[in-house]
Amino acid sequence: MESTSVPDPNTTTERQHPVQELDEVIIRFAGDSGDGMQLTGSQFTRTTALMGNDLATFPDFPAEIRAPAGTLPGVSAFQLRFSNFDIHTPGHRPDVLVAMNPAALKMHIHELPRDGLLILNTAKFKPADLKKAKYDTNPLEDGSLSGYRVVEIDLEKLTRETLADSPIDQRAKDRCKNMFALGVLYWLYNRDVEPTMVALDKTFGQKKPDIAEANKKAVRAGYHYADIADLFQSSYRVAKATDLPAGTYRNIMGNQSLCLGLVAAAKKSGLPLFLGSYPITPASDILHQLSGYKSHGVVTFQAEDEIAAVAAAIGASYAGNIGVTTTSGPGLALKSEAIGLAVMTELPLVVIDVQRSGPSTGMPTKTEQADLLQAMFGRNGECPVPVLAPTSPSDAFDTAFEAVRLALRYMTPVILLSDGAIANGSEPWRVPDADSLPAIPVHFAEQTPEEAAGTAKFKPYRRDPDTLARNWAIPGTKGLHHRIGGIEKEDVTGNISYDPRNHEHMTKVREQKVAGIADDIPEAWTLGDPSGDVLVLGWGSTRGPITGAVLKLRKQGLKVSGCFLRHINPFPRNLGDLMKSFRRVLIPEMNRGQLAMLIRAKYLIDAASFTKVQGLPFYTDELCERVEAILEELKR
Amino acid sequence: MTQTDPAPMAPLSKKDYKSDQDVRWCPGCGDYGILNAVQAAFAALQKDLDRTVIVSGIGCSSRFPYYMETYGFHTIHGRAPALATGVKVANPDLDVWVVTGDGDALSIGGNHFVHALRRNVGLKILLFNNRIYGLTKGQYSPTSEQGKLTKSTPMGSIDYPLRPVNLALGAGATFIARSIDTYGNHLEEMVRLAAAHEGTALVEIYQNCNIFNDHAFDHFREKDVRDDRTVELAHGKPVRFGKDGNKGLRLNAELQPEVVTVGVDGVTESDVMVWDVADPSPARAMALSSMSETAFPVPIGVFRDVARPAFEDAVRAQLNAAKEKGTSSLQSLLEGPDTWRVG
Repeated sequence: MESTSVPDPNTTTERQHPVQELDEVIIRFAGDSGDGMQLTGSQFTRTTALMGNDLATFPDFPAEIRAPAGTLPGVSAFQLRFSNFDIHTPGHRPDVLVAMNPAALKMHIHELPRDGLLILNTAKFKPADLKKAKYDTNPLEDGSLSGYRVVEIDLEKLTRETLADSPIDQRAKDRCKNMFALGVLYWLYNRDVEPTMVALDKTFGQKKPDIAEANKKAVRAGYHYADIADLFQSSYRVAKATDLPAGTYRNIMGNQSLCLGLVAAAKKSGLPLFLGSYPITPASDILHQLSGYKSHGVVTFQAEDEIAAVAAAIGASYAGNIGVTTTSGPGLALKSEAIGLAVMTELPLVVIDVQRSGPSTGMPTKTEQADLLQAMFGRNGECPVPVLAPTSPSDAFDTAFEAVRLALRYMTPVILLSDGAIANGSEPWRVPDADSLPAIPVHFAEQTPEEAAGTAKFKPYRRDPDTLARNWAIPGTKGLHHRIGGIEKEDVTGNISYDPRNHEHMTKVREQKVAGIADDIPEAWTLGDPSGDVLVLGWGSTRGPITGAVLKLRKQGLKVSGCFLRHINPFPRNLGDLMKSFRRVLIPEMNRGQLAMLIRAKYLIDAASFTKVQGLPFYTDELCERVEAILEELKR
Repeated sequence: MTQTDPAPMAPLSKKDYKSDQDVRWCPGCGDYGILNAVQAAFAALQKDLDRTVIVSGIGCSSRFPYYMETYGFHTIHGRAPALATGVKVANPDLDVWVVTGDGDALSIGGNHFVHALRRNVGLKILLFNNRIYGLTKGQYSPTSEQGKLTKSTPMGSIDYPLRPVNLALGAGATFIARSIDTYGNHLEEMVRLAAAHEGTALVEIYQNCNIFNDHAFDHFREKDVRDDRTVELAHGKPVRFGKDGNKGLRLNAELQPEVVTVGVDGVTESDVMVWDVADPSPARAMALSSMSETAFPVPIGVFRDVARPAFEDAVRAQLNAAKEKGTSSLQSLLEGPDTWRVG
């Protein structure tokens, strides 16, 4: 869909206000969990995507479904950054903060720069509301907001007036106030209201036409109100991003992208996809979405627990499907033993861990990268598993596709480490041409003439000399009935074996099989020069902020480069040499230094670790500061 | 071109179901009898070696797949029903059997056992119940009787034992039977009935562990007592037992079982309950499966056999219904409803 000129839905008057051109804007919507902030944010995102901007989003919501209304723990926020150029992160400090109540104001005001635009819903600043947010004095009156460009709107009153004639009840009317606020923001940033009209019809239209109509009316009313009430000195325009590669784009969240990658891999391998899963935040949306793909032959099995989920997936793989299981850190812990079984029986399996803050229940809706060592080593025995991590919401598509490819080619479980920021964050994605996606060859063992004649016996652990992958003989194949299991196997025959030398041999074979994948994956590359003073090495979702920091520092002429790992086990072959081409390596991670530990152990280099465990992504500025400090050290 | 029928295959015999692996159960173990009965049942049914999969968990009984010349998967402790569910759903054409024990199915794997039964996945579950932990060398199990002296209960077990048939009835199982390791023909028949059932079929098999729990079932399975101490449940048949077949069971008005003797105290043949495996209520089956082993005969045979669609068939039906509505291309799936062009 091409972007359209900004429409005025009901009138044709020219804009009376000046319009300023901006390169980028960061908006943060904050309100009560019941205020619909995620919906508001996603509507603004969708409209902005369709208008051709580059964008990145960061939803930040509480784990409680409905914390007590108006309280600090109940605050839900959605940050959106959009631009006319290629961006990599949802940004840090917003230009605009929309606060629907005092609790939202209190939780977020410290991040609004002093000259920032603050839009407040005054309807919610009554004494009771202030008390819930633990304000002793009213911030609207006590002068604490001086310095911000405050715009006060009584969203409740205006929405009720707008919907005076609507047949829906008062509560339902009040729930439309987020759409009124959205309308105000649409005016302010010259957004097209039409995509939201269409979306609201689609969401409510058929079953609840009155609700759809009320929400649409609220959006339009907010838009007009902003225009006629002189709330703002000017409105703003952010032109289309033009430095993106040509192609067809859509907006995509990380969890969606994983689903599409899995389905694409299933189609390209010609195998059915079987998902065994148990609901867990923030991975459940993968289960939901894949459950809607039945027409594509996708089977989803909501198991009784995490262990049953992975066990069923292994069973499906054994029977010739692509077995997948999705979870978060606590679930990965429960699946450990079963993943070991898949390693021992050498069956393909994709385990997706959408990481959240831990340990234990931790902060389920907040992001973290602290399951890396669990993925690497969290199993009994010597139990190597390839580990991959998508570096952005759109990269999750390619990473999921790659995980399936490796699992099938090497007959091994593969762990894919996504995280909460990728899962719920979104960005534009250049949709690939389905026909040009590579085929994933699959080979099921078949009975040889010798086996059929009875002169040879089927060998379930006979291996492909290149990949070391064993035979995959699925039940139902004529003449190839055989037994596998978690007990150590004699190589080639697959018979139970407690022979000491065989165990050592098999341990090494399993290790070499995974290590050999290094020859089958792209080499590490650098953003910036392949040598210099500082290499900022990241994995997974730190790519965005590292990219922002490296580009900023390079503009200042500093010899800083970035490197982003999608493959963590095994590492790309050239990683050691690449790191040694820099004077220092800095590893920022949302954990306490897990990749740094692996790098230091394997390569014996004095990599510097920079960690953040706040349930929040890195900000470009804090990375820049850290790199600058290292550059200072290097001067000494 | 004329079609010629392929030469008829020689029928498979019991030994065709035996693998070339040495059986490593203790000499005298009840598992040998069960292996023998299953192989006989499979031969009687001419089971296809290439389409039969036996999935097991961990424990003595779970070594079973290695000794069968079919597809086999020896998995991890307690998880066999979950893994087997994946196998059956992925390929409903396979004939999937689960071999498990009282520890495997009822302790560590209790959750999966219950959920397989309530979903009615097309799995045939053979539960070897020896009322002891054998492979870990003799601790009490969830079916051990109270007061049992074991290595981990030197003063006697204080846990109340679980009754697998009661649990299965509570979980909504559609087929439940019980047999005994030494009752070769009866056990073979139960295996065959289980094989014929749509959905999950559970056969509880009392199995003697001659090392850690020897004689556990002697009080009702030995030749001299079995007629008086066991009672056979078969559909449409009166529930009668005893050397002379003159004893029977009936339920009183409070659904409590009573032992009666035909011809004594005015009791006639018609006073003895007639067994109905498809009883709409599981209450009568529960009444019999809850009877004290010392005060009443031990029921064997089929407790329950009712029809309910198998899980894997319902899964296929939804896939087919979705496909009939039409499948989008991969390209349109990737693009979704909202796209825009750059360049």
